[in-house]
Amino acid sequence: MASLLQSRTPSLSFSSSLSSTPVIRPSAFFLKPRSGSRVPVVRAKIREIFMPALSSTMTEGKIVSWIKSEGDVLSKGESVVVVESDKADMDVETFYDGILAAIVINEGETAPVGAAIGILAETEDEIAEAKAKATSQSSSAPPPSAPKVEESSPAPQVDAPSPAVAAAPAPTAAPSTPGKVVATPYANKLAKQHKVDIGKLVGTGPFGRITPEDVEKAAGITPASKSNVAAPAAPVASAAPAAVPPKAPSSFPEIPGSTVVPFTTMQAAVSKNMLESLTVPTFRVGYPIATDALDALYEKVKPKGVTMTALLAKAAAMALAQHPVVNATCKDGKSFTHNSSINIAVAVAINGGLITPVLQDADKLDLYLLSQKWKELVEKARAKQLQPNEYNSGTFTLSNLGMFGVDRFDAILPPGQGAIMAVGASKPTVLADKDGFFSVKNKMLVNVTADHRIIYGADLAAFLQTFSKIIENPESLTM
Amino acid sequence: MQSAISLSLSSPSPITRSDCTAAAAANAYLCTPRSLRFCGLRREVFESKSFNSLSVSTRLVPCSRDSSFKKVYAALQSNGKPSKGGFDYDLVIIGAGVGGHGAALHAVEKGLKTAIIEGDVVGGTCVNRGCVPSKALLAVSGRMRELQNEHHMKSFGLQVAAAGYDRQGVANHANNLASKIRSNLTNSMKALGVDILTGTGTILGPQKLKFGKGDSGDTIITAKDIIIATGSVPLVPKGIEVDGKSVITSDHALKLEFVPEWIAIVGSGYIGLEFSDVYTALGSEVTFIEALDQLMPGFDPEIGKLAQRVLINPRKIDYHTGVFASKITPAKDGKPVIIELIDAKTKEPKGTVEVDAALIATGRAPFTQGLGLENINIQTQRGFVPVDERMRVIDANGKLVPHLYCIGDANGKMMLAHAASAQGISVVEQVSGKDHVLNHLSIPAACFTHPEISMVGLTEPQAREKAEKEGFEVSITKTSFKANTKALAENEGEGIAKLIYRPDTGEILGVHIFGLHAADLIHEASNAIAMGTRIQDIKFAVHAHPTLSEVLDELFKSAKVISSSPVAQPAAV
Repeated sequence: MASLLQSRTPSLSFSSSLSSTPVIRPSAFFLKPRSGSRVPVVRAKIREIFMPALSSTMTEGKIVSWIKSEGDVLSKGESVVVVESDKADMDVETFYDGILAAIVINEGETAPVGAAIGILAETEDEIAEAKAKATSQSSSAPPPSAPKVEESSPAPQVDAPSPAVAAAPAPTAAPSTPGKVVATPYANKLAKQHKVDIGKLVGTGPFGRITPEDVEKAAGITPASKSNVAAPAAPVASAAPAAVPPKAPSSFPEIPGSTVVPFTTMQAAVSKNMLESLTVPTFRVGYPIATDALDALYEKVKPKGVTMTALLAKAAAMALAQHPVVNATCKDGKSFTHNSSINIAVAVAINGGLITPVLQDADKLDLYLLSQKWKELVEKARAKQLQPNEYNSGTFTLSNLGMFGVDRFDAILPPGQGAIMAVGASKPTVLADKDGFFSVKNKMLVNVTADHRIIYGADLAAFLQTFSKIIENPESLTM
Repeated sequence: MQSAISLSLSSPSPITRSDCTAAAAANAYLCTPRSLRFCGLRREVFESKSFNSLSVSTRLVPCSRDSSFKKVYAALQSNGKPSKGGFDYDLVIIGAGVGGHGAALHAVEKGLKTAIIEGDVVGGTCVNRGCVPSKALLAVSGRMRELQNEHHMKSFGLQVAAAGYDRQGVANHANNLASKIRSNLTNSMKALGVDILTGTGTILGPQKLKFGKGDSGDTIITAKDIIIATGSVPLVPKGIEVDGKSVITSDHALKLEFVPEWIAIVGSGYIGLEFSDVYTALGSEVTFIEALDQLMPGFDPEIGKLAQRVLINPRKIDYHTGVFASKITPAKDGKPVIIELIDAKTKEPKGTVEVDAALIATGRAPFTQGLGLENINIQTQRGFVPVDERMRVIDANGKLVPHLYCIGDANGKMMLAHAASAQGISVVEQVSGKDHVLNHLSIPAACFTHPEISMVGLTEPQAREKAEKEGFEVSITKTSFKANTKALAENEGEGIAKLIYRPDTGEILGVHIFGLHAADLIHEASNAIAMGTRIQDIKFAVHAHPTLSEVLDELFKSAKVISSSPVAQPAAV
């Protein structure tokens, strides 16, 4: 410790931390054959910047931040990197002039004392080689420098208004062209971070200036490395998901002979709703229900105009009355919205579209009124005469594909509702009871998709249990 | 467990002193944000007391011709009657800022009949357009910063919905604070019976002055001693057009009439730094324009470096160093604010910057016009009133002007509110017959960013220069906030404290702190310097655990004093 700290300058200079071993380039040997008597000329020096030992007990160090970026010109005595020891953060200075060719250990990562954390090239010509060296060294660490290898020229010199480091006069000639590129400070920072060439962006901000949003758009990525921009993460995060969907279609290969038919309004609405549904964390719970009693009841009430849809809607509404949370909605991700009425939306395929007429107050109407209401709604839907409150006021959705022989399926939860029930076909099934006796009974599979922000597994299980009891003892439906 | 690293120097290193003063001479506004002049860096006498036998209190002498005697408040503390000699007052102070206020209170305590002349509002710059309202804005910015830092909140286990602010509400807070402090100051002087005279004060001749609106209605009064405490105004370099809307000074910025999306701050001293903290917390992006090669020129270089890493680099701030803003045109005709830059040394054009607003924080200029200084043959230097170390005014011939003193920003010795007050108290001590020299090296300074920066005494380069001249050794020791329990509990481990001292005598030369509540922590060090306490003594002082003050405790304990003199034993009581 003592020897290091006898340094005469106020901040620590780690002369011993920079290896001065000259790397003799093979190319210099072979391409420039000289008279044999001469000692090979060392033209290039690529130096490794080592993790310094800041104390006698230090075995590894963490990179707090890189003060310089790749491509920056360094002059002797400048601080290059900040290393965290057990007690304090220390600036590490370079003892050589040169260019920071590659960063091997990124911010936030740790490296053992003596390991190379960065590569210093003496001239621009050596940068590529130094980078190659860096990639070989960073094989153990996550390879951050991999994409950077493609860039042969030092990119960061383009950003004009980036602060000129006082001691580095060479690369920043840009400000002399009077302010053609106007980018805000944060936009510049983001551009440097994401290696976006700010000169090629078109600013959308006031007076045509380049805003942070412009850079984010150009980068098209969620910032993976948090680096030092910790606080203002909010705008970045919100912009990112919006940027992804429009990009997706462009990646599909075009198949010859295909035709493009634009969405109808209804189809567009479905598409929009389906995309929106992706933001809701859903889960599914299935339940087998014996339907012999229900089938028997259906046969009895069918002549009176009662449909299976009405029976199921009524049963669901009665179950919901006992489990109001399943009838609730999560609107803002922060609260429950408990709905005062139980409105059962029923999905219907109509004219190449999909619509969900709503049986309002399904728990309060009796089975016959409900059936009558349903008939009216379907007629209206076919005639496209449904009023908005007749298709968008649902609090719970029922989707039944049983009539097609589908035995089970998975419904997508429509935005604004807490749960949707997918009903499969009722089929004769061999069952074994607890005494080991076999019997054949009709069973249907019911699968409910719910918003897990407000409805949990146990809620749904309890709801399904109630629903199943109602279906298995359907007398209550007619009361 | 030693948590500090000592750098010991056997011979002074060839570190040149920050060329702050040199540059300041060339370009007055460059480094004025903290225009400290360390009085030639000589070792100052802590306090030279010479008891004057003539200091018999004059307040006991009754006076019959007291025309201006109006009211007598609380008998014990009342503003006394003027002493003999036929003067209306014992002491008249021109300017009721913090300096004048401090002097007035102390003068009453000393039994002097005192008046204070104010042409504007009581409280001066500090209370109305400076330290006080800016602290209100910084209090808001600190909270915004905390609430916006999701990572920070999460590490506490706290969940906070998106924080927002109401600009007018923030502005009102600053304004309310200023009026509250202003009325406190006014009341404290009224309660003691200090005569508050309204109008502009002008010196007519020795011990004679007038006040009023500058017309025939002016009143002429006489005073045994006069203190000039007229303070300063924001300095606006030429070429810069201040319109109060898009190109503003701190006076306008403190009203917070709008929060621009992008603001350029010209000057990266105290004022600029504090405003960058406020504006970035409220969502603005900031561009610094600094004429020197480094940001934060007034600070200890090491502290400045760390501060830049915490206060500048991670925030939405960029900077141009080594450039002047040669011309600034306010936003008009649908154009943004345009700032033309030139190289600070070569004067070559360095492009332009287009922003939504520009804040001129290039320092402050003394406000000494209209004082009538020409009537008594005083020549100001760049506007500053020349004074000696006892704040006695020096005239054009280099002679002391009797009975005339100048304190605070107007003399430019140390442009800080509390320095002005200390100078005022020092003057009152002198006029009431007790010699007193203020040790400016014991006056702390603070910058109220988040986290704060504070300092007292010399910076490292200054200490090394002094050491080289006088031939002694300098040692440095540092402690980190990372090792402090309270700081870690607050999740604010970022920061260091740095002690510059003489290993041979244990004298404290300077202390610099960057970290949580640094401004409050500095006083242990500044008091030690003021009292002449040595490290070998102060290291035995006990600090409550766990507190931030332990950062300084560790700092003192980690210092290595090779003094042969025995440690003073604290007497048991």
